[in-house]
Amino acid sequence: MISRREFLQASVAASALYGASGIGNWSKLAAQQALTQDQLLQFDAFGNVTLVHITDIHAQLKPIWFREPEINIGVGDVAGVPPHVTGADFLKMFNLTPGSPEAYALTYQDFSALGKTYGKMGGMDRVATVVNAIRAERPEAILLDGGDTWHGSMTSHMTKGQDVVNVMNKLGVEAMTSHWEWTLGTERVKEIVEGLPFPFLGQNIFDAEWDEPAFEPYTWFERGGAKIAVIGQAFPYMPIANPGWMFPEYSFGIRAERMQEMVDEVRAEGADLVVVLSHNGFDVDRKMAGQVQGIDVVLTGHTHDAIPEPVLVGQTILIASGSHGKYISRVDLDVRDGRMMGFRHKLIPIFSDVITPDPEMAALIDAERAPFKDQLEEVIGKTESLLYRRGNFNGTWDDLICDAMLSERDAEVVMSPGVRWGASVMPGQDITREDIFNVTAMSYPNCYRTEMTGEFLNVILEDVADNLFNPDPYYQQGGDMVRVGGMGFAIDVSQPMGKRISSMTLLKTNEAIDPARNYVVAGWASVNEGTEGPPIWDVVESHIRKIGTVTLAPNTSVTVTGA
Amino acid sequence: MILSRREALVLALGSVAAAAIPMQALAAVDEAVAAFTGGAEVVTGPGVVLTAPEIAENGNTVPIGVEAAGAVSIMVLAAGNPTPAVATFTFGELAGAHMASTRIRLSKTQDVIAIAKMPDGSFVRASSEVKVTIGGCGG
Repeated sequence: MISRREFLQASVAASALYGASGIGNWSKLAAQQALTQDQLLQFDAFGNVTLVHITDIHAQLKPIWFREPEINIGVGDVAGVPPHVTGADFLKMFNLTPGSPEAYALTYQDFSALGKTYGKMGGMDRVATVVNAIRAERPEAILLDGGDTWHGSMTSHMTKGQDVVNVMNKLGVEAMTSHWEWTLGTERVKEIVEGLPFPFLGQNIFDAEWDEPAFEPYTWFERGGAKIAVIGQAFPYMPIANPGWMFPEYSFGIRAERMQEMVDEVRAEGADLVVVLSHNGFDVDRKMAGQVQGIDVVLTGHTHDAIPEPVLVGQTILIASGSHGKYISRVDLDVRDGRMMGFRHKLIPIFSDVITPDPEMAALIDAERAPFKDQLEEVIGKTESLLYRRGNFNGTWDDLICDAMLSERDAEVVMSPGVRWGASVMPGQDITREDIFNVTAMSYPNCYRTEMTGEFLNVILEDVADNLFNPDPYYQQGGDMVRVGGMGFAIDVSQPMGKRISSMTLLKTNEAIDPARNYVVAGWASVNEGTEGPPIWDVVESHIRKIGTVTLAPNTSVTVTGA
Repeated sequence: MILSRREALVLALGSVAAAAIPMQALAAVDEAVAAFTGGAEVVTGPGVVLTAPEIAENGNTVPIGVEAAGAVSIMVLAAGNPTPAVATFTFGELAGAHMASTRIRLSKTQDVIAIAKMPDGSFVRASSEVKVTIGGCGG
């Protein structure tokens, strides 16, 4: 583990760039015991170009609780470097004080207690206030959305993304890229894109039949006297990680060679600054930034990392702006003589109790929610435990979802997808239907019930583990490990595929899983067309109604080694 | 995130079957290379460019492309397939571009290999691992 100072030196030493980050200001706030909107927004304007980045909001229009991961393992070259640093190590690396606002925002420790002090985060009405304030100071600031925008809430599910589209259009987004957007299906995506007042970028989205580019690869901005190219990079593994049958017309992939061609093309056309708006995931972007020459800024997304300082790869800066509307990044750049000379950056935390909601945006959000208000707010039960999802292995929300499937679907083993989206619920709170949708909303929610052999359960765990822990980022898909209920296992993340998983045990009987035996298995979010079963939110709701109050014991069913 | 049981079993059986013949497949790769090169030395280098996805979107139809400026011919092998030989593209003297692309079926995660025969009789090799996965859990 390197300290923050060493980390900065290591990254800056390799670069002729000069730069600064706004994280120091947060520490001052904590020392002063004061947290005001002006201080959160405080930024000494710099250079001539301002980028504003928001990503992976997962349709969260209202402020939410969101606990950051405790376990976020990096393998190979990225072990122990951001974003694979959590908790106390994270505080130490970035010189933050335990219990401070930034510790609450950026780490998992004492989350329930600190949440009472600092409140919910996010809310697009608060984000609007921050964006408007930046634009008042820098009218030419460029607002870019990294995707995973139209999906993840009950209202976005009911309106097929329209509520979020309306909000983001009002916010004044100027370009976006995509991932979960595609789970609305090709037809709906095309319908929305036709009405967008900004480009829907993806240099790596190809027509599947003819293998030809299908969407605009990049767009241009002339701001602050500079010619700026923004190249879009959609999530590369769309048809593998999500149901390809919903968008069979398109093929994705990393396509690093074409990224290089696009960078060369915009440079030849006179770009002073090349920005990649990416949904690759942080480790994939880090590798790509080292491979593709000529990118100045990568606005990363997908893996939901919030990193308070830019990560440098050669002369390229990587910005990680978190998820669920918890943060936006402001990046001021000094662009002169056809190149980026320096940067100043701040990851702005959206403390919802500190930042005043923008009244127009608040009214729009309430109007979007109004038709569903009663359904959203219906109380289903209560929780005594903190419900959260993020982390490489089981979170309490998934423990509850797995319990629901074991009980409601009468299964021996259950599996819940290792997605990284989903808001938290605090201990002592009611669980509303909206809370359940916040961790389950999707267009392929059916909870199947089937039989699988012990051998095949092992194949699945090995396959998903390799998507997460393959030492080459280009072979990672960016989710977390599949959550398993009814069965325990051990995983050695340092092993190659096929050798990571061991000690698979049926928890009910404490017997080893028999490779040859069939087990009754339930799960949801299958990528196969025609999957049958009730939507997962109904399964979870029914379970919570029966138990009334949720109390979860600590989950010790997964043993992790090799990290 | 999960294949249906039927597809899953097909896939699982496929990997078992493939696992049972690695030596044979390896020998078939060596044989095919020897037949193409006549035993001449093959160097790995930038002379031939192989374009293939890192992870196949559909293992049954994986788009690949090969290019080698000036090459006389380019052989493509799927090292892990029961029958590794995929294609050999031959370019005449008047060929404008020495490139070809096609779609291939890959039975499992494996290396795709391209070997180009250059006009001076030398051979250049490139290879790329293509992962065939059941996928599912993108966050």
